[in-house]
Amino acid sequence: MDNNLKREIIIENYQDPMNRGLIDDNNYLKVNTNSESCIDNLDFMMKIEDGIIKDIRFDGEACAISTSATSIMIRSLIGKSVVDAKRILINYDNMINEKEYDKELLGELLVYDEMYKQPNRKNCALIPKVAVEKMLGEIENESDY
Amino acid sequence: MNREDFFMLNSDISYFDNGATTLKPKCVIAAMDKYYLEHTSNIHRGDYDAAIKTNELYDNVRNIVSEFINCDSNTCIFTSGATMSLNMVVFGYMKKHLKKGDEVLLNKAEHASNILPWIKLSEDLGIVIKYVPLDDNYELTLDNIKKMITDRTKVISFAHVTNVIGDVRDIKKISEYCHSKGILVNVDGAQSVPHMKVDFKDSDIDFLSFSGHKMCGPTGVGVLIGKKELLEEMDPLIYGGGMNSFFEEDGSYELKSVPIRFEAGTPPIAEVIGLGEAIKYLMNIGMDKIHEHEVNLKKYLLEKIKDISNIIVYNKGTNTGILAFNIDGVFAQDSSVYLNHYNIYVRAGNHCAKELKDEINIKNTVRVSMYLYNNYDDIDKLIEVLRNSKDIFKIII
Repeated sequence: MDNNLKREIIIENYQDPMNRGLIDDNNYLKVNTNSESCIDNLDFMMKIEDGIIKDIRFDGEACAISTSATSIMIRSLIGKSVVDAKRILINYDNMINEKEYDKELLGELLVYDEMYKQPNRKNCALIPKVAVEKMLGEIENESDY
Repeated sequence: MNREDFFMLNSDISYFDNGATTLKPKCVIAAMDKYYLEHTSNIHRGDYDAAIKTNELYDNVRNIVSEFINCDSNTCIFTSGATMSLNMVVFGYMKKHLKKGDEVLLNKAEHASNILPWIKLSEDLGIVIKYVPLDDNYELTLDNIKKMITDRTKVISFAHVTNVIGDVRDIKKISEYCHSKGILVNVDGAQSVPHMKVDFKDSDIDFLSFSGHKMCGPTGVGVLIGKKELLEEMDPLIYGGGMNSFFEEDGSYELKSVPIRFEAGTPPIAEVIGLGEAIKYLMNIGMDKIHEHEVNLKKYLLEKIKDISNIIVYNKGTNTGILAFNIDGVFAQDSSVYLNHYNIYVRAGNHCAKELKDEINIKNTVRVSMYLYNNYDDIDKLIEVLRNSKDIFKIII
């Protein structure tokens, strides 16, 4: 992907991110990612029905990379099955950490395919991945899907 | 000034993160190297030449500190840093002397190391923490302190200079008033001692903590100074070799005198020697000169920055070399990544003052903190880069 296009997508998602703002609904899983390595502080909530991710929302204060990555991640995961979502998360993590990954699965998330060049920002890009993973972990513990 | 003494300044770096840690002059590194290369040995135990030399150097640093800060050398305890010093006051002295319901005065501009130990102590003992409100400039005033004092107030604990706002609190005046009410005064000097003349005896405070690495010294060493009679009543937090006179099977033991009883185990010998060298280096320049230099740099920076419309400054008025700001609409960390692109080193975040957000309604800021080696070129470069910050996302993404 062309660097200007990447930048455009990232800035767009930073300035007008998808699903920013939390709602009061007990049917959502919730998690906070107060990162140990940086100052981003985001709250996430996610609704899963019949093994399908119906909605993810977030709010908080964070940098351009983590905010945009959250927005793009949300867009990528809504409507996916939990199994597919996990596949995306694993491949996304591999991409950020310079391991082998399946490009076909990642769509717009590929804008971060050169994040490894800025090692101090890898964690920013991984914030939504860690948050969704935590929430998926919660339902696994309950094993009711 | 003295830029040639600092290796890192040979490259094109503008180092503005002195509130976090400072660069080390060659003489400090050389003194530590000398210990490692020529007279490595433990202290207080050896009878051979190298050990005698090390002993002399180590013990003499207490004299250097006492001259620097105007205290008695036997009231100077070497610690691992200001955080440890503050914890020693809270858990070694206060835990022993405070009881349930006693009140401690803090404020929300304080660093984590001067709040969290107190929160833990209140959990352990049931002491009550009260926060003195800051004024409109986010500064701590004696008037506001007076309003918070009750019959149960036993201690006030605050930074001489805060690490985000950078206001200088009048420790002498606060101490005088608080002592008249029977209140102990504990001062965090981490951001003041490196930058201005601090006089322990004249200010009459009860405890003073500071770190070596924020004043041209090495990491891993700091100082706690306390009034002798209070240190006599303080318990060590760490027990072991070097600090005891004897211990027996029946459980009896005797500790060595103050300050040695607070330095169990092998201390950071090279670092203490390095700290001594750093203090000599600072005294040689003169603390008043360093303070004046930093304040002049800040004035110059403020003069220039006010013309950049998208910069929000939070602490215009404070009389130290600390400036907290944000680029309007840009997350602080993005700003610091942007500045790093031009080799300008600043800090972004809450700077460990996590309760300050309640006062300034902003969680994270970019902090520029100066030291003796910063110059007007550094500021000009910073201003130029901030002026062009409209294109920030082209640079950082």
